[in-house]
Amino acid sequence: MKIKAELMDEEAVSRTMLRLAHEILEKNHGTEKLAIVGIRNRGDCLARRIIRSIQEIDKKNVPFGELDITLYRDDFQKLNEQPVLQETNIPFDVTDLRIVLVDDVLYTGRTIRSAMDALMDLGRPALIQLAVLIDRGHRELPIKADYVGKNIPTSSSEQVQVLLREMDGVDRVNLVQV
Amino acid sequence: MQLQSRHLIDLEGLTEGEITLILDTASSFKEVLERPIPKVPTLRGKTIVNLFFEPSTRTRISFELAEKRLSADSVNFTSASSSVLKGETLKDTARNIEAMKIDMVVIRHAAAGAPLFLSQCLSSVIINAGDGAHAHPTQALLDLLTLRERFGFLSGLKVAIVGDIEHSRVARSNIHGLAVMGAKVGVCGPATLMPREVERLGVTVYPRIEDALAEADAVNVLRIQLERQKKGLFPTVREYRNLFGITRRRLDEAKRDVVIMHPGPMNRGIEIDSDVADGSHSVILQQVTNGVAVRMSVLYLLAGARTKLEGVEQE
Repeated sequence: MKIKAELMDEEAVSRTMLRLAHEILEKNHGTEKLAIVGIRNRGDCLARRIIRSIQEIDKKNVPFGELDITLYRDDFQKLNEQPVLQETNIPFDVTDLRIVLVDDVLYTGRTIRSAMDALMDLGRPALIQLAVLIDRGHRELPIKADYVGKNIPTSSSEQVQVLLREMDGVDRVNLVQV
Repeated sequence: MQLQSRHLIDLEGLTEGEITLILDTASSFKEVLERPIPKVPTLRGKTIVNLFFEPSTRTRISFELAEKRLSADSVNFTSASSSVLKGETLKDTARNIEAMKIDMVVIRHAAAGAPLFLSQCLSSVIINAGDGAHAHPTQALLDLLTLRERFGFLSGLKVAIVGDIEHSRVARSNIHGLAVMGAKVGVCGPATLMPREVERLGVTVYPRIEDALAEADAVNVLRIQLERQKKGLFPTVREYRNLFGITRRRLDEAKRDVVIMHPGPMNRGIEIDSDVADGSHSVILQQVTNGVAVRMSVLYLLAGARTKLEGVEQE
């Protein structure tokens, strides 16, 4: 794996996350019935940051949940190694809430399809929106993000590597050649 | 991280890492069981046969629920209503069922070694749901999960297993599982129901129940199989209760936060008194709840398992 380019540094990531928080508040007219759900791993870290920003901007607490989509994957029968199952922790009833799903990279859209199925099994949200840090294209399903940090055209032989302080000690987004 | 074996025959040979993986995965599945719709689509398209050649309520229902919660298709077989009565052998029964395109077999059999035998003549994944006096791995795993939830750790925990050790697959699997996880195991029961050289499994033998209870953080009370009494392995049920029964008075002499477990079905008033079984020390119903989560975990972890050969073909 070789780093081809650094796409975002620490400052870019934090400015972008702050903008996403503002956009979420703008589109939803505040925090009424709003909840933020991060997709493990890394989407949950980003969701926490958005919640913190919303707190600073609007002085309101927004419910936070984290979602593990392993059990809803569509490639389960094809994988050679079983993915490690982690806990889903959504400590509120999603029914009638406006849920913003958060993930780091939007690629084929299959993860988001799984996440929507997982959410629907927990109740009937009023609506589901999607926020991602990076949209790298190559969709295989009719899925589109409502909030995008940065659009990055990539080739499928490349990968977008998102490093976050909470897990990797540093905030950075790299384009890598596999 | 994944399991090395494609089958679950017993706990011997599983590493600490593998058992931890099974328990961690089971903990995650407990959240699924708490949901308004406690079902996930993970094993859609997988077909599982539950082959029960011995009566069972808890284990069979527990496996069946675990399969349904994971959206697998399951078929139940009980020997009482099958061709086994017409003299069909285990191998023929199993191979005929496999010819109907199935993925996994859960088997309970009175003969020790039946699951191992099936794993050698079928290509499906085999899960042992109890074979003779040999092993009952999912029971031991759910006991481990229950203990880990209660204490937060297993290493160094002192667990006493009380009763008919000789004929108990639950005891054997528990001894192996607990040993791998670093717990200290004591066994206690009448000398006639104690396997010879049981110390070689790394356990301490306590002839007196008072000594076994004095040190224990948890006590796993085994069911006394009443047919043993008819064979003369112990004189009377009453004497067994007097010498080894877990009574309120004996519990008062044990550690204050001792945990009482029982794999079921219980003989109330023989190996365990009702006020103990229903009292605050008892985790017997948590064990049953954990049973479904542990079986979901095992099914999930083994469902993707392939033989190396098949893996190569898929590349």
